[in-house]
Amino acid sequence: MSDLSPKLVLRLALLALLTVIIQEAGVAQISIFGVSADLTPLMVMAVGLLAGSMTGAVVGFATGLLVDTVLVQTLGITSLLYIAIGYWSGRLRELRDPAHGLVPLAVGAAATAVAQIGMTLIQFLLGVDSPVSLLLVQQIFITVLVNTLIALPVYALVRRIIQPALPDDPRRRRRRAYTTGGLSPLQSPSQRLGQLPRGSRS
Amino acid sequence: MLALLVAVSLILLTAYFGESPSSPLHSVQRGIVQVLSPVQTGASKVLSPVRDVANWVSDTLRAKSKVDHLRQEVNQLTYQVDTLKTAAAQNAQLRREVGLDQNIGIANFGSVGANVIERDPNVWYQHVEVDAGSGAGVVAGDPVLADGALVGDITTVDPSVSFVTLITDNSFAVGAQIIDQNSDDGILAPSVGGPNQLLLQDLPSNANIQAGDQVVTSGFRSPSNSQLASLYPAGLPIGKIPNVNFANQLLNNNEVPVTPDADLRHFDSVQILTKPHAGNERAQVP
Repeated sequence: MSDLSPKLVLRLALLALLTVIIQEAGVAQISIFGVSADLTPLMVMAVGLLAGSMTGAVVGFATGLLVDTVLVQTLGITSLLYIAIGYWSGRLRELRDPAHGLVPLAVGAAATAVAQIGMTLIQFLLGVDSPVSLLLVQQIFITVLVNTLIALPVYALVRRIIQPALPDDPRRRRRRAYTTGGLSPLQSPSQRLGQLPRGSRS
Repeated sequence: MLALLVAVSLILLTAYFGESPSSPLHSVQRGIVQVLSPVQTGASKVLSPVRDVANWVSDTLRAKSKVDHLRQEVNQLTYQVDTLKTAAAQNAQLRREVGLDQNIGIANFGSVGANVIERDPNVWYQHVEVDAGSGAGVVAGDPVLADGALVGDITTVDPSVSFVTLITDNSFAVGAQIIDQNSDDGILAPSVGGPNQLLLQDLPSNANIQAGDQVVTSGFRSPSNSQLASLYPAGLPIGKIPNVNFANQLLNNNEVPVTPDADLRHFDSVQILTKPHAGNERAQVP
């Protein structure tokens, strides 16, 4: 959190604002299998995976607050859910550092499930007085499915937007170094030194 | 930091939930919406071609699957139309004889047209934002129609935009009546999670309901107290009884499912009735 540059803050703020506007003015009005895709939890998940837990939590809070404000909903509900999504996506990166290309797909599905099921639970806690049909489960399942399908493109887009402003990650640098062979511990010192100019020995 | 964010969220949630709509928190929220509404209107217009193409593909796929079913329905309805035309002619003649006003339409209720500029996809909040507000005479509680049927009512009004709570929102309920032999009354409530399904509750167990029966607003008015009246005029179409087996549901829970006439996920424009209590008029079922 402390190494957040003003450039990154600006990009994250614009990303959150644009995502909410595009979601509510466009994507939400497109029906796929009877439901609409929801870009906002996917964006928060991507920020968490790329920028870490605290950045993810802050972006989640701000995005959730913006969603609740724009839609004139009860303030704080979406923020609470998106804080969890942003934080845990970031913790996954910090603890496991998953490198597989399909990780955003799985985390995107989980993030959407958390958002949908969490909203359901909070609504029940707030005392929604209405009959609940099995269609609710079906709707949640289809929304998770649709969001899973678009998780990878959303992640790629978010990475393209914020990656240039992210501070250099030592782990990422180390991984890159292994692939180029420069700092691999599997190489002997003589092999590494062999690449140096002759005059630099001794 | 994390604890602070969670605490702020919980404080906001608690404060907002317990406050009245005129509280400072609600006012700030409406102020932000007012500031952002031009951006949303612009974004809605810019994104409309993308939206239209996506909806066109979706509609085409859906339409293909419905063709056979609709062909059968057309055959049935053709017969019903002929019967109803005869009944309508008789009705018109009888109304003339008893001196009732025949020319009551939606326009008599101060209809104001508006475009949808934002839609909430959430299962729990069924709201849409439209580009007409108090400047156009819209006030909270006004009924909203789309595709010729009731789709909700106005819950939040700003000078240039308003928020419509759809009939599928969990907070919505309206007095409704089935157009059948007995004109059975009930309360129409949403079925959460079913965007295309409502429930007409509190019906008599022995109600004689048929699939295809039209459901309209009952427009309740107390004969002894004119202040005690429904927000909606009588006769606004809402939906139809679907062609499913609802006999047990009616017998055990005194409720039947209702399919909304309007396509609640696709309508782009609405009509807001700014004078829902214009005299004692009754809207005409189309």
